[in-house]
Amino acid sequence: MTPVLHVEDLKKHYPVKSGFLRRTTGTVFAVDGVSFSIAPGETLGLVGESGCGKSTVARTVMRLVEPTSGKIMVEGTDIARLPKAALRPFRREMQMVFQDPFSSLNPRMSAGDIVREPLLVHNVATGREADDRVAALFAQVGLRPAQMGNFPHQFSGGQRQRISIARALALNPRLIVADEPVSALDVSIQAQVINLLMDLQRDQGLAYLFIAHDLAVVEHISHKVAVMYLGRIVEYADKASLYRTPQHPYTEALLSAVPVPDPKLKRRKRLLEGDVPSPMRPPPGCAFHTRCPYAEARCKVEAPVLRELAPGHVAACHLR
Amino acid sequence: MIADPILEVTGLRTVFFTSAGLVRAVEDVSFTLRRGEVLAVVGESGCGKSITALSLMRLVPSPPGRIVAGSVRLEGRDLLAISEPEMRAVRGNLMSMIFQEPMTSLNPVLTIGEQIAEAVRLHRDVTKAQAWERAVEMLRRVRIPEPAQRAKEYPHQLSGGMRQRAMIAIALACDPKVLIADEPTTALDVTIQAQILDLVLQLQQESGTSVLLITHDLGVVAETAQRVVVMYAGRKIEEASVEDLFERPMHPYTHGLMRSIPHLAALSGAVAERLQEIPGMVPALSNLPSGCAFAARCGHADAACTAGVPPLVERRPDHFVACWHAGALS
Amino acid sequence: MAETYGRELRRAGADANSPLRRLLLLLRRYPLGAAGAFILTVFVLAAIFADAITWLDPLRTNAPEKLMVPGGKHWFGSDVMGRDIYSRIVFGARISLAVSLGATTLGSVLGVAVGLASGYLGGTFDLCVQRVMDILQALPLLVLALVTAAALGPSLTNTVIAIAIPMIPASARVIRSNTLALREAAFIEAAQVQGMSEWRIAIRHILPNTVAPLIVLATAQLGSAILTEASLSFLGLGIPEPAPSWGRMLSESAAEYMRTAPWLVIFPGAAISLMVFGTNLLGDALRDILDPRQRG
Repeated sequence: MTPVLHVEDLKKHYPVKSGFLRRTTGTVFAVDGVSFSIAPGETLGLVGESGCGKSTVARTVMRLVEPTSGKIMVEGTDIARLPKAALRPFRREMQMVFQDPFSSLNPRMSAGDIVREPLLVHNVATGREADDRVAALFAQVGLRPAQMGNFPHQFSGGQRQRISIARALALNPRLIVADEPVSALDVSIQAQVINLLMDLQRDQGLAYLFIAHDLAVVEHISHKVAVMYLGRIVEYADKASLYRTPQHPYTEALLSAVPVPDPKLKRRKRLLEGDVPSPMRPPPGCAFHTRCPYAEARCKVEAPVLRELAPGHVAACHLR
Repeated sequence: MIADPILEVTGLRTVFFTSAGLVRAVEDVSFTLRRGEVLAVVGESGCGKSITALSLMRLVPSPPGRIVAGSVRLEGRDLLAISEPEMRAVRGNLMSMIFQEPMTSLNPVLTIGEQIAEAVRLHRDVTKAQAWERAVEMLRRVRIPEPAQRAKEYPHQLSGGMRQRAMIAIALACDPKVLIADEPTTALDVTIQAQILDLVLQLQQESGTSVLLITHDLGVVAETAQRVVVMYAGRKIEEASVEDLFERPMHPYTHGLMRSIPHLAALSGAVAERLQEIPGMVPALSNLPSGCAFAARCGHADAACTAGVPPLVERRPDHFVACWHAGALS
Repeated sequence: MAETYGRELRRAGADANSPLRRLLLLLRRYPLGAAGAFILTVFVLAAIFADAITWLDPLRTNAPEKLMVPGGKHWFGSDVMGRDIYSRIVFGARISLAVSLGATTLGSVLGVAVGLASGYLGGTFDLCVQRVMDILQALPLLVLALVTAAALGPSLTNTVIAIAIPMIPASARVIRSNTLALREAAFIEAAQVQGMSEWRIAIRHILPNTVAPLIVLATAQLGSAILTEASLSFLGLGIPEPAPSWGRMLSESAAEYMRTAPWLVIFPGAAISLMVFGTNLLGDALRDILDPRQRG
């Protein structure tokens, strides 16, 4: 079965220009060789902390920024370097939902117009037919079609995310890239939106690239999970395998750090020392060695590659 | 053995005058913070927890807000009754506050050493050199490596976690009795959050400072607090010890909140197929319904719920709930 | 306690539920802006109903009645050719308003086009356009208008153009900076992700969201346009004879008659000052009202 999305050795480097003549003085290695696959109807959760590059992966895959190198295969075709005109039909296959429910909707357009626009842009439907389709989408995401005429500021954060989701669904995509879609929402609203996304996946066979920093949310919604650190994937496995038997020290630390709502569990946390290094100056060898409690001499010089440590479970660490 | 109370809030009421009408941001809130204790105030956005904290510090922007009723007794002294100069001697000295966004809470044009030293000089009669020494010592206490060097750096040169530590250093520089922490780790990465919470707990145990922790994260509450106050739509709706609250949440909102959060399966047993949602949304604070504010979203609501606001009642030992049907949950 | 709440609530505008009440609330909160709006309204009405509120022909010379002191038949007195100054002031309002509105509109429209293109397309195009705007702005408004008017010759249209051109950089700058900020907004990325053309994004998504600050700027520029027109007419360029322009009324009389017939200078001068004052007051208030940080 052709994966909906197959990404191979994706890189996105940003040159840092400074000085009067804007000369390139450095490079931000935002994404530095990322590969993964998403099968139809499947969710890949991409987790990591700030600066790991997960949002850049999302925006590069959607061609909002141009990749430095690598392949982005959508339904078998490499779109990484397609010119705008050739790229356009592929836009119908993949859509995006953003983190901020406030700035992801045009404040001067009504909710109905926002959801209708993709239909007009791609000449899928116009007039009455478009209106019906928009009403159906509203119902699908749990909004009342009567609210189509309202403006974004009249909706709550959770409702705005629903409008964003409706807009993403308008063109019947096979894949939705969701960049922290619930992080900015209240806890009790998060559950509503997460459930909605999972229902839509079940009903329509949608695939998701789900980017988040909340490990519990990712575990709930994903089938496979990839952990990123400083632009690279350090571990990639089935959800159950990753959460039950994490192989990479960073994954262990992440899981250990998540606060758990159970006061009786007195866990010994493995606290990491120090802060995340800057993506402009990734440490030599294994990028994680500066904070790794198990680091050895080899880790400081040689960068580990992703190796299969168990069926379907890869991690990049010398010590496993 | 229950420690004596250090901060007693009684009947606090803060309102805002807006073009949408009267907003009852904090409505009849009472609680007690005991010596050496961590009390968490938990709730979602709009529940009034942040305004409560600001009210305690008398930092509510006024207009459009105003504290209209209640008392806040710090070691017996009502902070709402003293003059502004007297209150300034309290802030940063007897009672301190740290905020969510360290970047905007720190002055970008002063070094962090200067900012800590300033806090010391405001409340203690010391020389500049002594204040600076204290600043470096505070940075060491908050576990910033090379503190003497770091003290000369500016906020933008530090990472988010370090800025938060700097803010904690400023807040604790004068050994306050009470530290109010308003969502101190919400803006931080999870591994940094773990470091900061660990630090706060350690400092708290070392110096015996009482902590009022404002958060929306039930995980943080479970791992950090001894007692919990749950707020909804401006009112306190439940209070209990942290063990009691998680074991037997009595208010439908608390119960619903706990069931709607995804838990790590490895620790809780199994992955839930579907999260239990709380339907609907928080009502607008300018347009609260009569009776219990949660009634519209509550599966157990009946006529009594819309008729009158339920009072806080001690339903189990030291466990208070404001619900007509508390205890009806299975 | 309820009384106190009532007063404070009213001050916050809680009972302003009809558009009329909201307007009254705005007027009460921004009294200076209200004054500015009032002044402008008076002038606009005067300009529209000029025929109804004057009874003497502003262009008709009447030698026997020259240089009459204000009072009686000539409310504002008469000028050296016997023309009624009051009528000339009222009809002059038409000229001032027409020219300033025309110039500001033209300048704003062109400024929007330039600023939007510059901000959205960026790159070398933006760099070049910005330098051109810098040059235009470096030259004093009046000098530029003078040169243009001298080159084009005196007429109503040419005056409008001459005043509009130096105004373009200001509005272009405002639109450009808003466009730059909006370009990064998530809803713009959402539009790009849908495969929308740059054109559509610029017109449909960016433009409507940049217009608000432009209104404030345009109101302020109105005053500036009035002054420039008056200056041009004062210097002999601008609106040709015999149209009653306030600026020319000043130039005809200032030097010789300032001491002997001060009303020739006072009334046109006051009219110009008052109208500019009004636009400035209104512009300031609008800026405060539309400032997103001020809103609730």
